[in-house]
Amino acid sequence: MRLDVDIARKTFINAAGERTDVLSGINFVLATGEVGVFIGPSGCGKSTMLRILTGLDHDFQGQVSRPADARIGMVFQEPRLLPWRSVEDNVRLAAPQAGAARLSQLFAALELNGHRNHFPHELSLGLARRVALARAFAVEPDILILDEPLASLDATLAANLRDQIAALVDNRSVTTMLVTHDIDDAVRLGDRLFFLSPRPAQILATVPILTPRAARSEADLNRIKADLARLNVVNV
Amino acid sequence: MLRLLSFVVFLASWWIASLVVGDAKLPAPPAVLAAAVAEARSGALFFNLGVTLARVALAFTLAMTLGAAIGYLMGRVRLADRLGDPWLILLLNLPALVVIVLAYIWAGLTEAAAIAAIAINKLPTAVVTLREGTRALDPALEEMAAIFAVPRSRAFRHVILPQLAPYIAAAARSGLSLVWKIVLVAELLGRPNGVGFEIGVAFQLFDIPLLLAYSLTFAAVVLVIETVLVQPLEARLFRWRPHAA
Ligand SMILES: Nc1ncnc2c1ncn2[C@@H]1O[C@H](COP(=O)(O)OP(=O)(O)OP(=O)(O)O)[C@@H](O)[C@H]1O
Ligand SMILES: [Mg+2]
Repeated sequence: MRLDVDIARKTFINAAGERTDVLSGINFVLATGEVGVFIGPSGCGKSTMLRILTGLDHDFQGQVSRPADARIGMVFQEPRLLPWRSVEDNVRLAAPQAGAARLSQLFAALELNGHRNHFPHELSLGLARRVALARAFAVEPDILILDEPLASLDATLAANLRDQIAALVDNRSVTTMLVTHDIDDAVRLGDRLFFLSPRPAQILATVPILTPRAARSEADLNRIKADLARLNVVNV
Repeated sequence: MLRLLSFVVFLASWWIASLVVGDAKLPAPPAVLAAAVAEARSGALFFNLGVTLARVALAFTLAMTLGAAIGYLMGRVRLADRLGDPWLILLLNLPALVVIVLAYIWAGLTEAAAIAAIAINKLPTAVVTLREGTRALDPALEEMAAIFAVPRSRAFRHVILPQLAPYIAAAARSGLSLVWKIVLVAELLGRPNGVGFEIGVAFQLFDIPLLLAYSLTFAAVVLVIETVLVQPLEARLFRWRPHAA
């Protein structure tokens, strides 16, 4: 599913009536199955951009086009689980069509098996994030949107989940947008990296990574990171 | 155990008070019990309690459904809120007695008038509570439901309703206690049966044991309904909440 984004301007008017520009000039196209990674300083407008892309926010200048029937899976910056439903019911609500086998496989892969019947307040933040990931995966999305999904997870688990995301994206050719502050995640997962300026955000640099995800060796990754450091855009 | 103790204390102080002020003003527990038993034997006690309970159930259901719907609408739609607000303030401040008397005048001394009058008394508090609940709905969760394309009816049931549940429970609780009080007045003024009517009769005849027999059995029924029905229902509804260990 192709995603065509052209946001000229997004302005917030706060309670005092002051206008703040949050986005100014975000242009990019993601092809089917492509992973775009967005890296930018805190508060620059990344979450705001994602809200516009998903159609939650229509109040902006510009245009976003995505197929109307695209199924979206999203991991919000905070888990956004229903406190009054169990882990399993939270996932089922978003993905009623997911079969028992698929759910079991997902819960096993995300190491959530022992928590299926727990309520969200009984989970740590890291666990809640994994449930949010399970929910986004369970809908078998055409477009996957991940707002810092690996924050607050330990390194081993983060690496494990990163591999899960890569597997999902490559198996089903999911068009993906990932917001992260972690350069390592970015170069391991991304097909193209977008570096954003401080607020109002605009795209400062676009860096494609040509080696396929699965084929990137540690040496490749280090070389890419070194290139990025030379570009001097990594100021996050 | 504690409840039993407080009941015993209640009985004892009643008995002592009746000894102090005299049987004519405050009959002792056995006299009231005898009056209650006599009414129960003739079947009048159960009939009147049943009639009153039916009125409570009808008026309560009517006011809750209508109040919840109006409150939700007013919480969601700005225009509905602006239009409904003056009426709400009027109804909130209208004395129950005025509503009941007017209802009987305009709709006659009918069952419908009585139930409508009781319901109208409860309605505004239900509206206000549900409007508050609707305003407090978490937009983040609705966004989540929108992104995952959860159908409206499912989203209402799983995302909206659980957030409104505490407000519905609060409205039901305060509403029920209001209805318990008002139903007797409505019966006293314009119905030929029910606990309120019987209390009115007992008052006119100055039959204090009968008056107390009806009042206390009614209070007992209210207590039982609150503890056996309302409280367990609330506990079940809020099962998911973190428990203070
Ligand atoms: N509803 C709103 N009204 C006014 N200003 C807002 C609103 N939402 C966000 N902002 C402002 O817009 C800017 C961008 O917010 P956003 O959440 O998109 O940042 P972000 O890039 O996701 O940051 P982070 O990396 O910390 O998550 C912030 O300065 C924020 O204060
Ligand atoms: Mg953000």
